[in-house]
Order: sequence, then C-alpha cells, then structure tokens
Amino acid sequence: MASLRLCVRRAPVEDPEGPATAVTLRLPSDVDCIEEAVALLTYHCTAGVGGAGRLRFRLQVVLAEAIANAILRGNCECAEKWVDVRAVLAVSEIRVHVTDQGPGFDPLRIPDPDCDDRVGASNGRGLFLMRHLADAVAFNPEGNSVCITLRRT
Amino acid sequence: MGFSDSRQNGVVVVRAEGQLIVGNRHELKELVARRLAAGDRRFVIDFTNTGYIDSSGLGALVTMSKQAREQGGEVRIAGLNDDLRALFELTKLDTLFTISDTADQALAAF
Repeated sequence: MASLRLCVRRAPVEDPEGPATAVTLRLPSDVDCIEEAVALLTYHCTAGVGGAGRLRFRLQVVLAEAIANAILRGNCECAEKWVDVRAVLAVSEIRVHVTDQGPGFDPLRIPDPDCDDRVGASNGRGLFLMRHLADAVAFNPEGNSVCITLRRT
Repeated sequence: MGFSDSRQNGVVVVRAEGQLIVGNRHELKELVARRLAAGDRRFVIDFTNTGYIDSSGLGALVTMSKQAREQGGEVRIAGLNDDLRALFELTKLDTLFTISDTADQALAAF
C-alpha cells in the first residue's frame, strides 16, 4: 500500500432532514490508496452506529467500486488528477459523492453482467454491484461524478 | 493485505489476508499462475480473513478459474462471510465455483 497520508475532514452541514455531518477525502489516482481510503471513510461514516455490519459491507464495496472507477476510468491513473469523496451523514441515510477529473462516461452503455452469457465474464460487474448494494445511484450529466445513497435501515 | 499459499494433499490452499480488490488482484493471479506453471491443478482460495471483495477481485477469480479449467484443474472457494456469500449469489458466481464453509471442508471434498 502506498505510504500516503490520507486526511479525512468532518464538518457540520445543513440537510433537509436536519443537522448532518459531511466527511470529505481527497485521494490521488493510485489504486494502492483505495483500501486505506475505504477503511477511513467507512470508519467515519459508521462510527457509533450500532448493528452496522451489513451497512458497513455495502458501504465498503460501493466505495471501492466508485473510487476504482474514478481512478481507472475517469482519471486514467493520471498522477496529476485527484478523486474527491464527500459523504453526507444524514439522519436516515448516507449519501456518498465520488468525483473524478475525467471526461465522464455514459452509464447506460455498460452491459448488464446478470445476463447468463456474461456471468463468466472477467470484468463488468462494478456498476452492477453499486446498483444492487446501494439504495440509489445517480450520475451527474457529465458522467464524472456519482452519488450513491445508502439508507441506514 | 496479501496472500500466502501452502500445499496440502495435492491441493494448493491460498489464504487471503485482507481484502481482494483492484490494487492486489494481480498478486493473487500471479501466485495461481505460478503454481499452475509448476504443475499444480487444484486450488482452494480461503477468504476467512477477508471482509469484502470488489468487482475486480471477482473478475480475477473468474480468470483464475478459467485458466485452471483449461489445464484440467479447478479453483474452489472457502471461508466466505455471510455478506460475501450473498455477493457471490448476487453475481451468480456461486454457479461457477464450488463454495465450502471452511478450507478444511474444501480440502476434504476435493
């Protein structure tokens, strides 16, 4: 793992549901940083939440997928580009925004790996996992930022 | 994070220490490829100490399974926690792999 110092910032924010906390992290376009970033973000997003085992697993996988997509496909591992993660910890849900500095992509062009002829494929499951493990997944019009929502219950 | 391997009764048991994700999937693929080149054909990947696997990790397992089958071998899976087992079912990879609760059970069944 890269010996980089990833720094998570927490700040109070206003949310339609009431007071919330925003957790932010900026990381370089280096896949070796993903595990540490996921661990840090998951800790800050689920700390103090009882019975968060299933939520923690879903969050870990969708964070790993979204950050990997941003680094590999968005930023093409360009060392001069960053990935920004912003998680809003609201009362009933966690909303995670992952944004890269790439040109964006069209998520509708990704084939469904659930089709029988793609079950044995070696790739193409990332967006599928995000959509099935999260309660909502939405991209910005440019396709370089994804918002993933996970309800707490 | 890493992988260790041992040989038991003609089966290579690979233990994952941590997550299987895009950053380390090549390490696992290369380990299995080296063992295949050395003549080993039967593999158990033990995920007892793994919390999560991403899509790249799942893809790497599929690739390794194909490579082993092409040479008359097989890759089996053991030690999945409940969430990981659900992930294999969600992606239908439970239809591609024989999955055992523990590495010992996988070894006994091989």
